[in-house]
Amino acid sequence: MLTHNACLALGRRLTLLLLLVTSLLLAGQALAQSAGTEGELATAVPPVDAEIWRQVKSGENFIDTRHDSTYNLVNPSGETWRQIRNRWVSPFGLIAVGGMAALILMFYLIVGRKDLQEPRSGRKLLRWSTLERALHWTVATLFVVLALTGLNLLYGKFVFNPLLGDAVWAAMMSGTKLLHNYLGPIFGFLLIVILAKFLKKNIPDKTDWEWFKKGGGLIGKEHVDAHFANGGEKAWFWLLATAGVLVIASGLVMDFPNYGQSRDTMQWANVIHSLGALALTAVSLGHIYIGTIGTEGALEGMTTGYVDETWAKEHHNLWYEEVKDQAVTPDPSTEGHHKGQATHPPGTPG
Amino acid sequence: MATMKFMCDAERCIECNGCVTACKNANEVEWGIQRRRVVTLNDGEPTEVSISVACMHCDDAPCIAVCPTETLFKRDDGIVLHDKDMCIGCGYCLYACPFGAPQFPGTEAFGERGKMDKCTFCAGGPADSKEEEYEKYGANRIDEGKLPLCAEMCSTKALIAGDAQTVADIFRKRVVQRGHKDGAWSSTQRVGPQTSMDNLAFDATRQE
Repeated sequence: MLTHNACLALGRRLTLLLLLVTSLLLAGQALAQSAGTEGELATAVPPVDAEIWRQVKSGENFIDTRHDSTYNLVNPSGETWRQIRNRWVSPFGLIAVGGMAALILMFYLIVGRKDLQEPRSGRKLLRWSTLERALHWTVATLFVVLALTGLNLLYGKFVFNPLLGDAVWAAMMSGTKLLHNYLGPIFGFLLIVILAKFLKKNIPDKTDWEWFKKGGGLIGKEHVDAHFANGGEKAWFWLLATAGVLVIASGLVMDFPNYGQSRDTMQWANVIHSLGALALTAVSLGHIYIGTIGTEGALEGMTTGYVDETWAKEHHNLWYEEVKDQAVTPDPSTEGHHKGQATHPPGTPG
Repeated sequence: MATMKFMCDAERCIECNGCVTACKNANEVEWGIQRRRVVTLNDGEPTEVSISVACMHCDDAPCIAVCPTETLFKRDDGIVLHDKDMCIGCGYCLYACPFGAPQFPGTEAFGERGKMDKCTFCAGGPADSKEEEYEKYGANRIDEGKLPLCAEMCSTKALIAGDAQTVADIFRKRVVQRGHKDGAWSSTQRVGPQTSMDNLAFDATRQE
């Protein structure tokens, strides 16, 4: 019995000891764990604070293992550019170009073509020389190609990709990009040439102010005074000389990315380029309308070089006064070819 | 459906560039292009910290939004891929990308960029055959049931790749274990009342 009791007592003591040891061990582990946490915190990477975020965006105190990389860790302007392009430039560009087209269509349907009020005299005045016409149509063709390819780059994926399927679309886009990127610099060069050529005729003066006040003849019935170029033509000239030059400059920035320009520079170039180009495209619709179906007798000036005396009198009366004695009567046998140009006295405008 | 994500634990990254090398080797990336890079802030100072960056396969990817040709697209599992046949090298994805992921060979005449290349999460890209896919985009390890090689080979397991929820869980455990006062995610889906776990979440607006 005694031995049995002794055994029980020993058992109890052992159990107690075991409990004690276990609890001690557990406590020790807990202690060690908290010490570890403290230890880790002491050597941890510092918390991400405003200063770190600033560095992450700016690329300061920063090295990158990528060859030739100038990229900061996070490019915060990318999202800004995306929002400007996708939420502002893209929809408002469509509104500008589409709105202009709709306005012109409405104007044509309601007001109609501006016809000559007097019958044609049959006598012609040289308005645009061969070189000027060649320059105009080259620049005009390039402009139309660049405008269409540019619009395709901005809006094409919503129209042609679902319409044509990936394979045709891919070919179309690579053609679009080649045309846009290679014709762009040629257009840029020729635009500078044509601007220089037409600069003298487009210096603004008092008559332009009057022209604008009378809305170019839209307000009231009478014709408004105009020299070789009227207020509207000068406005188009100066729009090309400002926005057009900006579009060319920004286009070159994006066209040749091999000069080390930064992403931010190219983002801004893209915004300037698309805004300028969309504005020019919208306004060009007006120029095309007025120069073709909008005005009787205007297009023949740029195709044949000659305008009818009556047209000159009605649209550019001050210019007509200067050159009226140089009017020629084309030989009916060469009508449309205007060989008369050779017999034309030197010093005619153009 | 899983949503695949990369995550780099800056606490563990030792700037060994193993991920960069693994990526180049797995995908036979062309000369001059490095799909993954390691960025180090405050190099050589006590506060030095490194992080491995490539395409982060964004949920709302800016590159997809600005691409004029729909070269870039997102798979159902969240991986953002590119179609080399569609790319015209305009560079818009590069302007928009927050991480500098898209790169261009830039070896053609007149400064043309050439076709864009970027991390594919080792998931290849659109092609008619396996050979063509490898030629154009590199490995398709996802197809073989493997994860991106950069993350698989990371020696300190700083770079982890996989389903966003799993990645977040691994990282959350690490943060709880090491008791970092400001450096974890809470959950990719924040629903229900705030829990103590939420207080561990990294919050960029909360400044120390």
